Amino acid sequence: MSLVLPVSTTPAAPPEAARSLGRWRRMPANAKAGAIILGIFVLVAVIGPEVSPYDPSYQNPSPAESLRPPSAAHLLGTTVSGQDVLSQLLVGIRLTLELALVVGVVATVLSVVVGVTAATLGGFWDESLLLLSNVFLVIPALPLLVVLLGELPQKGQTPTILVLAGLGWPWGARVIRAQTLAIRGRDFIAAARETGERTWRILAFEVVPNEVGLIAANFVNTVLYAIGASVALAFIGLANLSSWSLGTMLYWAQSQDALQLGAWWWYVPPGLAVALIGTSLVLLNTGIDQLTNPRLRDAGGAKRVAGRRVLPADPTPVLADIEPRRGPVAAFLHSFSRSSLLDGNEQR
Amino acid sequence: MAFLARRIVFYLVAAWAAVTLDFFIPRALPGSAVQDIMAKFPTLQPAAYKALEAMLGVGHPGSLWHQYVSYLYDIAHFNFGTDVTEYPAKVSTLIGETIPWTLTLVGTATVIAFLLGTLGGILAGWRYGGRLDKLLPGLMFLQAIPYFFLALILVELLAVQLHVFPIGSGYAGGLVPGWNWAFISSAVLHSLLPAATIVITSVAGWMLQMRNVMITTVGEDYVLAAQAKGLPERRVVFNYAARNALLPQLQGFGLALGFVVSGAIIMEIVFSYPGIGLLLVNAVTSDDYPLMQAIFLVITFAVLLANVLVDIVIVFADPRARTKEAAA
Repeated sequence: MSLVLPVSTTPAAPPEAARSLGRWRRMPANAKAGAIILGIFVLVAVIGPEVSPYDPSYQNPSPAESLRPPSAAHLLGTTVSGQDVLSQLLVGIRLTLELALVVGVVATVLSVVVGVTAATLGGFWDESLLLLSNVFLVIPALPLLVVLLGELPQKGQTPTILVLAGLGWPWGARVIRAQTLAIRGRDFIAAARETGERTWRILAFEVVPNEVGLIAANFVNTVLYAIGASVALAFIGLANLSSWSLGTMLYWAQSQDALQLGAWWWYVPPGLAVALIGTSLVLLNTGIDQLTNPRLRDAGGAKRVAGRRVLPADPTPVLADIEPRRGPVAAFLHSFSRSSLLDGNEQR
Repeated sequence: MAFLARRIVFYLVAAWAAVTLDFFIPRALPGSAVQDIMAKFPTLQPAAYKALEAMLGVGHPGSLWHQYVSYLYDIAHFNFGTDVTEYPAKVSTLIGETIPWTLTLVGTATVIAFLLGTLGGILAGWRYGGRLDKLLPGLMFLQAIPYFFLALILVELLAVQLHVFPIGSGYAGGLVPGWNWAFISSAVLHSLLPAATIVITSVAGWMLQMRNVMITTVGEDYVLAAQAKGLPERRVVFNYAARNALLPQLQGFGLALGFVVSGAIIMEIVFSYPGIGLLLVNAVTSDDYPLMQAIFLVITFAVLLANVLVDIVIVFADPRARTKEAAA
């Protein structure tokens, strides 16, 4: 894939407390909004189960408590079996976020390891790992998840995390591999090598810190994928249905005919929560994009000159299409990828 | 056609990987999958039992290698065995009945969403920070909404409350599927709302991607040169900037197809649309493992086939690719 990789000319600066406030101020407005919304949900996830007014699973046998619209006693109403929707939501947000964060961490670590390894080893191993991630990318994920989880004897948090993380790494691995290839040829890497640094030290302290923006964006994307997939799987019924997550809430609402009963307070809160978390992550990611991609950042400074838009001159050297040298076997493997189509075009 | 031939080899490798995964999943997982199904259907007919042997390796007929070879042979002939829940229906017949529904609905909606999103992305990227660009955060909210939740809301508002659209199912009850006006009009009417949910939730993704590539292209020198020549703006936008931004977008289209299909599966459940997604969920709820596995394979094959089409389009759309193909 002919990714154009903008690489910041300044190496990653060490985080300083004084700087972080200035950085927050410089953050694009949409990223701030995303961070605030996400922060609220994280807060709810931390304190939610402690402040939930009722036991989310408690079924009130009295018919008067069944399917009540929002009231002072039940701020978000009750389900058909008299369960308190607000309590379910407060408990469910924790479980959903917990799962998504763990999947995000595990899958991102896998992506970094695979991506950096592929770019460093180069040649045959690089092309094989790339081929493997391409195969994983082209196989549709949800049906595979359904088959994997459907045949597991127990459906719970841990198997879901393992399966989601196991299938969530290829996209990030590709992007990080490309970035590593671009960074590898830079002068400061050559300098580190000249001073006799070991390869693993160069990777851990020179290469990876320069990919922080990319890794962060990839992490956010993976969390987004994990939330979407886990909620969808729970909605189908492939989850531990006796625990409360946003997905299982929606599953029970759908299977107990909340829609036909007109009980909007039952299915709107969990759905809205998923949508808001998702939006906050997307917003956060566009913010990261603008911070780390100078082209997106500077494009805001476009001026109208004589009725035409003129963009400011681009100060960033763009390292496009770093083509690794390939042996015959690696070249053969590479020729099966879509990006091989564009090889050698620049010379012509 | 060296490039296309190699791509097809790649897709065959991917298909083989999917088939092999499908073969090993029930065999590698803790044995209860098979015992489950045996316990659930004590009066299994001999023919269905044979199908289970082929798909899940029940009773271990022959070595693993032998099972694998006969399994590959069956898959290559689209012989997925006999269904256990709806015995004696063949799995391939069940899938064959549902595929046209999914293919028509999801295919049309996806192409519409892609075209709309790409056009929107071109305009938003050209006027970065402009009015259309400012709409993007709102559109991203639509994209972050899970498919099925938006579907639930739309059904509630438009079907239950306002009766603008029919609720669920692929066509009105009492009609017999066939090529007659009554049936087709009913099917189209029933597909409008599900198609709308796919378009609404996926259009923002295409738009964002196209916009980001457009912004990079708009900064290129040849675009500035075209503007300096005084070419009409429309020509600069579409023939110069957008044309070059389109290739990454097309490649993204191929990669995103899997996601689209996944979303469509969920959508079908909400609308009880008689497609392959609904069949998959019914298979899940009734622990019908052979059907689940066959559906996974069929969906994978469909996505791979769509990817081949995308590659063909890329070869024809990109002059660099065309010259390369001609030279090879």
